[in-house]
Amino acid sequence: MSTFSAIGEEREIDRDEYTPSVEPQPTWCPGCGDFSVLKALKQALPEVGRTPEETLLCTGIGCSGKLNSYLDTYGFHTIHGRSLPVARAAKLANPDLEVIAAGGDGDGYGIGGNHFIHTARENHDMTYIVFNNEIFGLTKGQTSPTSPKGHKSKTQPSGSAKEPIKPLSMSLNAGASYVARTAAVNPNQAKEILIEAIEHDGFAHVDFLTQCPTWNKDARQYVPYIDVNESDDYDFDKTDRVEAAEMMRETEESLHEGKVLTGRYYVDEDRPSYGAEKQAIGEMPDEPLAERYWDDEYEWERSHDKFLDKHA
Amino acid sequence: MTDDELIWRISGGSGDGIASTSQNFAKALMRSGLNVFTHRHYPSRIRGGHTYTEVRAAADPVKSRGDGYNFLLALGDSFARNPQEEAVYGNEEIKPLSENLDELREGGVIVYDEGLLDAAEIPNFDERVEENNWHVFPLDLRGLARDMGREVMRNTAGVGATCALTGMNLDHVQDLMRDAMPEKILDPNLEILQTAYDQVREEYDADAPDVSVPTGEHEETQLLMSGSDAISYGAIDEGCRFIAGYPMTPWTEVFTIMTKHLPKLGGISEQVEDEIAAAALAVGASHAGVKAMSGSSGGGFALMSEPLGLAEMTETPVVLVEAMRAGPSTGMPTKPEQSDLEHVLYTSQGDSQRVVLAPGTVEEAYEQSRLAFRLAYEYQIPSILLYDQKVGGEMTNVPKSHFDRDPNPTLGKTLSEDALADEPHSADGKFHRFQHDVDDGVSPRSIPGQKGGRFLATGNEHDPTGHIAESPDNRVAQIDRRTEKLEAIRADLDAVDTGSYAGPDDAQYGILTFGSQQGTVEEAVGRLNDAGISVKSYGVSDMAPFPTEQVEAFVESVDEVLVVEMTASGQFRGLIQKHLGRYGERLSSLLKYNGNPFEPAEIVDGFEAAIVEGDGDASGHQTTFVPAAGD
Repeated sequence: MSTFSAIGEEREIDRDEYTPSVEPQPTWCPGCGDFSVLKALKQALPEVGRTPEETLLCTGIGCSGKLNSYLDTYGFHTIHGRSLPVARAAKLANPDLEVIAAGGDGDGYGIGGNHFIHTARENHDMTYIVFNNEIFGLTKGQTSPTSPKGHKSKTQPSGSAKEPIKPLSMSLNAGASYVARTAAVNPNQAKEILIEAIEHDGFAHVDFLTQCPTWNKDARQYVPYIDVNESDDYDFDKTDRVEAAEMMRETEESLHEGKVLTGRYYVDEDRPSYGAEKQAIGEMPDEPLAERYWDDEYEWERSHDKFLDKHA
Repeated sequence: MTDDELIWRISGGSGDGIASTSQNFAKALMRSGLNVFTHRHYPSRIRGGHTYTEVRAAADPVKSRGDGYNFLLALGDSFARNPQEEAVYGNEEIKPLSENLDELREGGVIVYDEGLLDAAEIPNFDERVEENNWHVFPLDLRGLARDMGREVMRNTAGVGATCALTGMNLDHVQDLMRDAMPEKILDPNLEILQTAYDQVREEYDADAPDVSVPTGEHEETQLLMSGSDAISYGAIDEGCRFIAGYPMTPWTEVFTIMTKHLPKLGGISEQVEDEIAAAALAVGASHAGVKAMSGSSGGGFALMSEPLGLAEMTETPVVLVEAMRAGPSTGMPTKPEQSDLEHVLYTSQGDSQRVVLAPGTVEEAYEQSRLAFRLAYEYQIPSILLYDQKVGGEMTNVPKSHFDRDPNPTLGKTLSEDALADEPHSADGKFHRFQHDVDDGVSPRSIPGQKGGRFLATGNEHDPTGHIAESPDNRVAQIDRRTEKLEAIRADLDAVDTGSYAGPDDAQYGILTFGSQQGTVEEAVGRLNDAGISVKSYGVSDMAPFPTEQVEAFVESVDEVLVVEMTASGQFRGLIQKHLGRYGERLSSLLKYNGNPFEPAEIVDGFEAAIVEGDGDASGHQTTFVPAAGD
């Protein structure tokens, strides 16, 4: 038996394998968009052929962080905003793992914004799903980084004076090589985008509009949505940074004017992932580092033989 | 003037190659059979600013910087700016000479570069020379270097002059230059060395040196090494192949040493966006089955509080190093202090569950780096190595055989897929990663990618499968189990005994210290006993879990204890009292927090004044005495 025999296993996968027995029914509020992320992932993972035990799902804190309780894979429910640094190190330690990170808009664009920018910049081969409901849900309805200007809440009683974060544009500028937006109300598109994102060799960022019926009643339910790749009203080349940037700008501006635009915005298939870049400069082993600790034949180097002569 | 030790101080500007020149000179002394210890003093500046390094050499073991010094080589500060007396930093040009006179011992030697330094600018210079019986040798080192090579080679000329005036043979210096220098600059440097040496010997009566190099002999191969080197080698020998970090003085030393070596060993080093990420990456890599570390200094370590707590709650093994510097806030970046002790023990929310080790020497830095990894992985807990510039940056000689040990890459209680199959699982196949009743509180773990091992790691309280759970029974069972690990670690550490002891067992008085000040305390204990004062010392390394029994026995065995530490508030003494719960009337403190580590004489004088004579503070030192409770 090899060390990590769940990895690369070729077999049919039943989507029920991802449903835990402990809490099979999520405790999200009725009508919550988060259900759609869970469902889309349960559909996408069998299609890309990744089993629960070769998948590591790292989440942050918030309603979205509960995803780990409802999707039965190896999981790391980290701390607020820090799913990405945990996830990308796991990927470097064992590149054979399918690594997915997920969190909310506060988690990813607020407290974890620095990690988001740098993980995108480094282009780690992983998928990052941001549950964007434009509100803090778990803490009961405070204004979030994506809440529109003027959003009123108990923490912004006069209406927020801040422009919202523009997640797609930020992602593109930071260096993500796959940027998409989908919406909970569009399950087919969500599934397809997640499949593409997981299969993409690089940092795939999916801004997932998830309506919050409990704390963001004023917000749109993200309908009707328009798929910018399919609509005749939009014509842009998603492999062109400039055209992608313009399409993103329009999407982000129109969201708060009642128009929900979604789709694939930017796809760069040519840029090598961070792991490949690091291997190319000789700073990452070709074999997964995690395997070495199980290799009885490996001769572990020691300082006494390697580094001491220069001190003599 | 005694001839049993040379304490050579080379001074100049930051960026003038003072550190590398002194390192080579220290190595030459080591190769000649002597024991050496260096002491660095440098400003938090990019270029310029007065800096010096001391090299103390003796036939007997040296564990600390000395009291003052006896040989000054003052070079010019080539990056000095604002050379006016009224400037904020004073006249920086003359500082390599003027700043170093106070600590020069009577009868000491001064060699200065008259090409760059003018002694006439120093008030009362001649009177002070006469008063202290100093022997002064102005030499145009810059001119000599310029004539035969380049101006920057004046350091070499200074070393040549040093050898001439101390009767030191040039062989070892020349060998080192041949080892270290590219051919292009080797020949002019060798020529400059020899010329300076010959010139001094011709010009002065150098056959009867005022300060001479002692002679000694080593029985085995010695290495000149810093604690940062030793910590790194300990990590590598324990199978650590992943480091993540963000630069910060002085932790950067360990980070750069590891980064230099890891890729060659098929390991990974990651420079990341901040220290939160750095520690979180180490946790992520460890979770995925790799031995991993991170680290920082005070302010950066503060950012690691969150991932540190996550490692505690998820029982993810990880090693963090914390290279202390004077705080609070940015404090004094290049100056040592031990005042992050409480920070490292208690930072992060909840009841802390971690190992904290404070090595006192370079040898201990290697051993305790290995120990930190072993404990972290065997007990699935974060381990922290706590040290400061004195352990991390000062160099001393260590026998090569100290490192001749087997590597230990084992991951601790980690299950193979075969073994996993026999462990408890839930009906849906979820592995019970966090079982309630297990030996020593350590529940064996699986690694992502293993069949039959899936579980949830979470910073929330959780049940045996990792599922978030808040029931009182589960909460108590999990907390008790995690606490049991600390008891098991304490028993493990009792068998290792990381303590360092000096002085007679039946001594009347005691000194307790921790970490970097241990060597200095031990030298002071030797001197106090020589002076007829019966005192012993115990250098404690285990800050958590604390060796309560051992410290209590030590305190119990003496009349009074002086606690020596580089903090202003007596943090170590507070820690002792917290664990012992009594003996407050027996414990007094000697504190130093001016940015420099203790000199042995400060402890000797402080001890005599405070404990033997009961007068409180010793005069003439920037140390502070805090009496025992009730005094």
